[in-house]
Amino acid sequence: MKMAEAPPQHKIQDAKEELKPSTGWEPRVIGFLCNWCSYAGADLCGVSRYQYPTNIRAVRVMCSTRISPHLVMDLFHAGADGVLVGGCHLNDCHYISGNFYTEKRFRLMQKLLQDAGIEPERVRLEWVSASEGEKFSKVVTEFTEQIKKLGPSKVKKDQVLKSKVAAADGASETFRLRALVGKELGLEKQGNVYGMKLDQAEFEKLIDQATKDEFERCLILELSKQKPRSVKELGIIMEVPTDRVLRHIVALRQKNMISMDHPEGFTPTYRTIEIGGEQ
Amino acid sequence: MAEKSKPEAAEKPRIGVFVCHCGSNIGGFVDVPSVAEYAKTLPDVAYATDNLYTCAEDGLAGIREGIRKHNLNRVIVASCTPRTHAPLFQATCESAGLNKYLFTFVNLREHCSWVHMKEKDKATKKARDLVKMGVARARLLEPQVEVKVDVAPSAVVLGGGVSGMTCALSLAEMGFPVHLVERESELGGFVKNLNNLYVTEKSAADTIKPLIDKVKAHKNIKLYLNAQVKKVEGFIGNYDIAISQKGAEEVKTKVGTIIVATGALEFMPEGLYGYNQYPNVVTLTEFEILCKKKTLPKLKNVAFIQCVGSRGQVKSYCSRICCNVAIKNAINIVDNYENMLGLMEKAGTVLDKVPVEKKVPDEILERRRRRRGRERGEEGEAEEVKLGPSEKIEVTVFNRDIMAYGVEHELTYNKAREKRVKFVRYTVEHLPRVYMEGNQLMVAYFHETLKLERTMLVDMVILSTPLVAQPDAGEIAQMLKVPLGQEGFFFEAHVKLRPVDFATDGIYVCGTCRGPADITDCATQAAAAASRAAIPMAKGYVQAEAITSLVDENKCSGCGTCIQVCPYGAIRKNDKGFAEVIVAACKGCGCCGATCPEGAITMTNYTDAQLLAEAKAALEEEG
Repeated sequence: MKMAEAPPQHKIQDAKEELKPSTGWEPRVIGFLCNWCSYAGADLCGVSRYQYPTNIRAVRVMCSTRISPHLVMDLFHAGADGVLVGGCHLNDCHYISGNFYTEKRFRLMQKLLQDAGIEPERVRLEWVSASEGEKFSKVVTEFTEQIKKLGPSKVKKDQVLKSKVAAADGASETFRLRALVGKELGLEKQGNVYGMKLDQAEFEKLIDQATKDEFERCLILELSKQKPRSVKELGIIMEVPTDRVLRHIVALRQKNMISMDHPEGFTPTYRTIEIGGEQ
Repeated sequence: MAEKSKPEAAEKPRIGVFVCHCGSNIGGFVDVPSVAEYAKTLPDVAYATDNLYTCAEDGLAGIREGIRKHNLNRVIVASCTPRTHAPLFQATCESAGLNKYLFTFVNLREHCSWVHMKEKDKATKKARDLVKMGVARARLLEPQVEVKVDVAPSAVVLGGGVSGMTCALSLAEMGFPVHLVERESELGGFVKNLNNLYVTEKSAADTIKPLIDKVKAHKNIKLYLNAQVKKVEGFIGNYDIAISQKGAEEVKTKVGTIIVATGALEFMPEGLYGYNQYPNVVTLTEFEILCKKKTLPKLKNVAFIQCVGSRGQVKSYCSRICCNVAIKNAINIVDNYENMLGLMEKAGTVLDKVPVEKKVPDEILERRRRRRGRERGEEGEAEEVKLGPSEKIEVTVFNRDIMAYGVEHELTYNKAREKRVKFVRYTVEHLPRVYMEGNQLMVAYFHETLKLERTMLVDMVILSTPLVAQPDAGEIAQMLKVPLGQEGFFFEAHVKLRPVDFATDGIYVCGTCRGPADITDCATQAAAAASRAAIPMAKGYVQAEAITSLVDENKCSGCGTCIQVCPYGAIRKNDKGFAEVIVAACKGCGCCGATCPEGAITMTNYTDAQLLAEAKAALEEEG
């Protein structure tokens, strides 16, 4: 009889783990490792038999610069508890300057997570060289401990949080943020077309504001995708003053991304205009 | 460039998973058979098995047989690290007719069994996850074709100094046509300023004359004097360059490789030790010029000051050559004293009679003026320097340390001491001071043994200043899209393993433009750079790995951000104004893809979808 068959060992274990509420929980950590340094460092760590917790699942990429904020936001949306990005040390990048861009992108990841209400400590950037096997084990151990302290990601259980992470993901893909982050290093080092170099503090402010704006707009789109919503309702869910919500809606309407749906009493509600997959 | 035609995407994936025990390396810490069993339950997996050693001949035969028998169109090996074993398994796949880009590596040894040796259950669960991730990735893989690019068998060498000439000559003798571009009106570079060369005692001019003659006479070398490379476009094997030459039409030509040998300048110690303020305070190179022109003033006491502007003062580095050059000149001064005196008398100018007010000799002033002009981008002319005349001579070398490395230099250093050249140490806390007392040039220094400040009368102070990067190195770097180090010298691909390559394929570097070096070093590097450049030219082609950027023209807005961030100059705008990847130049880092504001760029073999599928597989609840 089929029922009598013993389930494979691992299934029993998984079931057990699921039954144990908090103590049995194991963080799900993704590590993006660059081929030339961090992945090689992880290899050396193995060769040297430095032990670390089993939670991390490594994904090999050619360079840490490949890791766009979108990839990381998408993983948090899918329920990741932590994401580690590993690259070569600065000035040691196999691709000359890739990791300088990684630094800039990483900062945007942290800002977006913060805006979405996820602890920015859940994402970590580490430089691990091919000779730093022991460092790799330390980094993974520390990071896993840190994620354990933060507890499981609530994305899967909290619908609003999930919408916020989706909005952070959306914001990470906007032209404005990608262009700002992409051009920052050039503006810092070579200056703009007039040869003016960038004031870092000022640029930081600019990115902060742009991140916040784009995040809020994406969140409005995300929330109004589910059902038509009024400015007031959006303001309450988003915890943002209604005048700012309205300003965003005006901007989004100009870009033809949101439209008025129906009035509830005297209050208009808005619905996101979904762009068809194929055009 | 060869057209990139994609092989037909394989039909529905049929994945084969080969899980390796690696003896007990994996098998001892992970339940390998259960991982293989688990693999069979994953979507699109048509075949899964475990082997003792997948990399052994029977393991490889198993892969080939699996591909044939089960009609596999994706292969996963779950064993050790792709960094060592991917080429082997990829070749195996290819030998069985499977495109090597349809192969996926899962690392169960370095990343699992070896780092989780005491928790077999958890390690096994992780191994299953890793295989699941590999399967998720494999399902989305597409076959790729590696682009083969022809390499034009010709080179351009920037700079006609010892390095540039040696390099050009080496390449020419191998049979490659070489364009040798020199910005000045004659060949010889920095060395043509010099009097004699250390160790050999032969005059600099006599040493390099045979080299210059050979370069000028060689049928494979096309020489451009008073010329500069103004434009470089393209990629390895296919560089379009424009050479502008004074009084001639701009020459446009195509070359396969580029060698940078633009040299260095001496540091001008403005404001240090009375330079440009007192008479007879000259740099080491200016002293060489005076010696060469046989117009030295009458000297009785000569002081060298070492490390002027180097090793933490102005420049951070040690200039490598100045200790030995100073020692050589100290010996010259002592040895040739009688000689020099005779020449002075012949020259008929006696510096004693020149009023001190006149300070620095006009010739030297003129040279300094030209040099400043050159830093501002003005053109300089060849220099003419005259100077006039001594009794018994005394030479003191103020130094922080004497770096007389190697066999010959140490012997020369000893010889100098035998000849009563005084070596006096100073520290950065007590730098020597050069000043005037009436009409007398003086040096004050702190005697480290006596712990006292002493003064001495001198007729001439020679400042050993470091070699510094050319003022236009930045422009050249930008034109070639190669990096400069912090001190403005060109930055090689790897300090130990690739010392004359740039990270960009097809461009090489040698000589003092990559850091202070003496003539022996320069000639060695130049020969090395020539042989490195000859590799792709002799082979005739390069093959690029098919991990490159891919632009979706429908999404591209032509903003050019990708062009800015690409460290290899591998993206250009096409006729339509859209970004276009030069596949042969692309290294596949993915910076452009992560940057593109329109999200129009993806990486073949590392698409967002592939990376996300791989990562998300680890986040799924296990069914």
